[in-house]
Amino acid sequence: MPRIAGVDIPAGKRIEYSLRYIHGVGPKIAIDVLKEAGIAIGVKAKDLTEEEVTRIAGVIDENHQVEGQLRRLVQSNIARLRDIRCYRGLRHRVHLPVRGQRTRTNARTRKGPRKTVAGKKGVKEMSRG
Amino acid sequence: MARSQKKGPFVDEKLFNRVMRAKSQNSTVAIRTWARRCTIVPEFVGQKFEVHNGHKFLPVQVTEDMVGHKLGEFSPTRTFRGHGGRAR
Repeated sequence: MPRIAGVDIPAGKRIEYSLRYIHGVGPKIAIDVLKEAGIAIGVKAKDLTEEEVTRIAGVIDENHQVEGQLRRLVQSNIARLRDIRCYRGLRHRVHLPVRGQRTRTNARTRKGPRKTVAGKKGVKEMSRG
Repeated sequence: MARSQKKGPFVDEKLFNRVMRAKSQNSTVAIRTWARRCTIVPEFVGQKFEVHNGHKFLPVQVTEDMVGHKLGEFSPTRTFRGHGGRAR
């Protein structure tokens, strides 16, 4: 199993797919990288030579932020929003949706598991008004 | 949806002129404004504003990080006092 960009060990799949196991590499970047490295699309990851793997790693290293570096970048962007006390920063602080989505229902990804409140009316009664 | 590049950022002209005047006079008085939709441009950095939130004017000290945001983003319009709880 070849190793690219630190910890990542993509499987015995076609490389354009196995590259996508790297955080920060999606369909677009995977194909761009292969083109730049001059490697045919559709080769299985295990069939790559040592030299080809280093070439892929080099291209990614030069042109793209991936893994820890990318995660840190995203975190620092969020930290910036928090620090300047802007609306988006406030929403990050209270862990609610940032982009204006409704919160009366849904928004479970941000809010976490439902916390049932005793005595609150169910949805059915509410719609009957 | 992002704003068209060709238009450039929206800046309230009257407010911009006031900022320039305040800067030329080295005024430290906060500028009261309702122009929440005005983008913060680099010229605003270091200036104090009081931005209306529909109820009152909230103080905003513009720093370099705020460039590109709108004034209104720094003046919340809603108060959330939390949900229920026996203590209340």
